[in-house]
Amino acid sequence: MVDLIKRTKELLETSEVKVVIGYEQGSGNKTRALFVEKPEDADKLIFDSRCVQNLAAYVTKKEIKEKGKMAITATLPVMRSIIQLASEFQVNDSNLLVLGITPESKMIEFKNLVEVEAFVHQFQIEIDDRNKEMLDRLEKMTKAERWKFWIDELTPCFKCYACRAACPMCYCSRCTVDVNQPQWIPVSSDELGNLEWHIMRAIHLTGRCIDCDACYNACPLAIPINLLTKKMLVDAKEHFGGYQPSLKGDHLMSTYKPDDKENFIQ
Amino acid sequence: MTDNLYMPYLMRIERITYEAPGVKTFMLKFVDEADQDRFSYKAGQFGEYSVYGVGESTFCIASSPTRKGYIECTFRQTGKVTNALSGCEEGSVIGFRGPYGNIFPIDEWKGKNLLFIAGGIALPPMRCVIWNALDLRENFKDVTIIYGARTVKDLVYKDELKDWELRKDVNLVTTVDPGGESPDWKGEIGFVPTIVEKVAPSSKDTIAIVCGPPVMIKYTFPVLAKLGFTDESIYTTLENRMKCGFGKCGRCNVGKVYVCKDGPVFTLAQLKTLPDEY
Amino acid sequence: MNIDKRLVRKDSLEKLFDILKRNSKTIYAPFSKNGKTTFRNAESFATISTGYIQTTESSKDVAFPRTEKILDFSNNKDGMSVKGTDLSNLPEVILWGVRPCDAAGIGELGSIFNWDYKDEIFNNRASKVTVLGFSCNKSDEFCFCTSVGGNPGNTVGSDILFTRLGEEGDYLAEILTQKGMDVVSEAPDLFEKAETPLKDKFLAEVPVRFNHEQIREKLDKFFESEEWNKQSLRCLGCGACAYVCPTCACFDIQDEAHGKKGSRVRCWDSCGFSHFTLHTSGHNPREVQSARWRQRIMHKFSYMPERLAVYGCTGCGRCSRACPVDMNILEHLISIQEVTI
Repeated sequence: MVDLIKRTKELLETSEVKVVIGYEQGSGNKTRALFVEKPEDADKLIFDSRCVQNLAAYVTKKEIKEKGKMAITATLPVMRSIIQLASEFQVNDSNLLVLGITPESKMIEFKNLVEVEAFVHQFQIEIDDRNKEMLDRLEKMTKAERWKFWIDELTPCFKCYACRAACPMCYCSRCTVDVNQPQWIPVSSDELGNLEWHIMRAIHLTGRCIDCDACYNACPLAIPINLLTKKMLVDAKEHFGGYQPSLKGDHLMSTYKPDDKENFIQ
Repeated sequence: MTDNLYMPYLMRIERITYEAPGVKTFMLKFVDEADQDRFSYKAGQFGEYSVYGVGESTFCIASSPTRKGYIECTFRQTGKVTNALSGCEEGSVIGFRGPYGNIFPIDEWKGKNLLFIAGGIALPPMRCVIWNALDLRENFKDVTIIYGARTVKDLVYKDELKDWELRKDVNLVTTVDPGGESPDWKGEIGFVPTIVEKVAPSSKDTIAIVCGPPVMIKYTFPVLAKLGFTDESIYTTLENRMKCGFGKCGRCNVGKVYVCKDGPVFTLAQLKTLPDEY
Repeated sequence: MNIDKRLVRKDSLEKLFDILKRNSKTIYAPFSKNGKTTFRNAESFATISTGYIQTTESSKDVAFPRTEKILDFSNNKDGMSVKGTDLSNLPEVILWGVRPCDAAGIGELGSIFNWDYKDEIFNNRASKVTVLGFSCNKSDEFCFCTSVGGNPGNTVGSDILFTRLGEEGDYLAEILTQKGMDVVSEAPDLFEKAETPLKDKFLAEVPVRFNHEQIREKLDKFFESEEWNKQSLRCLGCGACAYVCPTCACFDIQDEAHGKKGSRVRCWDSCGFSHFTLHTSGHNPREVQSARWRQRIMHKFSYMPERLAVYGCTGCGRCSRACPVDMNILEHLISIQEVTI
């Protein structure tokens, strides 16, 4: 990624940004996030098909933000997250510069978030075939079978909250589960408690999740929790029309339209 | 007590005293008298007080072991458990686990002068050792208590303050922050560290016991140093987030120390060896 | 002391399993789901996962469950009644397929739960566990047991340690304790008294990567180092490392009530969470992730050895494998060793 390295060095040398968030080689065959503050460290930056971690999770992190203006290496999912975050007032042009990576792996620099949005809007959020097939299978199950599927999948969950930590949209400084007056979701990990947590999270993400699979990739037990958020995407599309992250901030679940169907109220 | 470390004693709330806005004192008696007979503690120790169904909260035992038959705790309504405790009535049954932690080494202080400095809601952790000392008054030389709060209303143990003021063998100095005085306030006006400097107690053969909000402590220690107190002669009691109370859950671990086991009573000398994580 | 060494033929393992099940034993063994291995109640030998270098989750759940009731209470018209958890009927469990690093971890957990006050809930559960350890024939780059005083054929913590003698070979079984002997007596014919080779040449190579004494000394002067910040920038503050770790024992105590009845439970917690040390007043002694990362390392490699005379780490490498952002503990420890203060 020669362009990326060169541009990173320029941005840091001129102090246009204070930190560039990208990927570097990790342990074994993994890649991981890299925070480049000195131009000479830019040589560690890489980009290839293994780089799927959603780096947008870091732009709301206090320790990174307080370094100054950030630049971020952004694939399409990361770009979508950034637009969604911008529509929720978490980032803006003054604190974030986007170094986009196109689906053809070419670097493209955006002058501002409006340009990022225009790029993002060229692509629809599509669920891949393998997961579509899984969602279909779940849809065809009876309620009892579906309940059993989810209890089986979620009972091993030990509530490490890696899913929450890796998701760019989970940036609340005090998550619902950490509130104890009242204790909305019990702290301990058990069958029903785990279900409560994951359902609650999926609902909080409806209309905000851009289907990057960061939650699933982060889960140490590879529990397919992304199926829950994908299902919310499908349902949201069906009931309220498809959505794209948009700087306009007309959020799917908080924008009333007179022609909204209300057939989910039964 | 069973083998179960987590099993609380059942305690009945005998008396509730309203001390200050949001601050109450509970006098607690053991529901089972056999527990009362078996129970013993020393000044400085704390316990985990619980409302069943809500949770546990950590407070010191604010009464002295010299007064038998009951224990007392004083707390401010701040979070989930303290709010629930605040809603309890006289006669309610709550849980108590303890005593945990180390003690004020009051035996080592015999023959010395005692200087107690406290601020606001931090008087309760010291009241146990103040009572203890006053109940064994002949063992100590001069006893000075300097206590301040933000306003007159915020002073706790108002009745006891009156008693201490009347005692000829105690030098009590009370103060409120500038602006916190009422029209008939007869005590000092000024922040606690300022008043300590003004009173200028002698450091010769004196043990200082200090407890208060972080900002008060920060400015009081240098004043004491100027007056000649050594780090080994200044004691404090730390408040930290605690859960189990017996060194296993990991929450109160600061450096090589567990506040619930090696503390909460520390000398300033010991405190200085700890990383600034409390 | 001479260890009782027996030969167990390669197809005898399945026979042993079946006999133990027939005799109503509960066996927890590695089970693969979604490509990850955790310990589950094994109903048949066929469900046991093999070929793993290390399981994803540790086996600490058997002695220190992720959620555990410690007492029940109810407030009825006769007053408040509180009952402690019944410790008399805890199930006997055979842990099958535990690596030496995990077996050693149970001892380290025991140190935490027994220093000063003795936690009888933990002790009761741990006493009901029989550990059938399996030596490591293979290791990967995340393993570092030899750097923290362990090794791939370590007998510490196991009741029987099986070592496979070659890829398709039979097993050397070292019977280490009376509990181990009790298992042997369930199927004595399967444990043959025969000549057994030394296990060393069948064990995995796990090179020593750092000197733990040097690290411990260095950590004493390392508190204010910039390294903590650099290392922890990518850490997201989840609990994955603590929860998969065989020696992490931090826990929370929560009340779960329904109306006038309920329980007090003890559940896993992690010092990596931002609210772990948060006071109700809002004051947080460890406000930034670097302070929390520092606590993890200092606690395991400096504070625990000092207070409890054991390391808080067995070198299993799970935390590095499970971490979503590749916080590789081995890499971080080596960099601590190499950085000049």
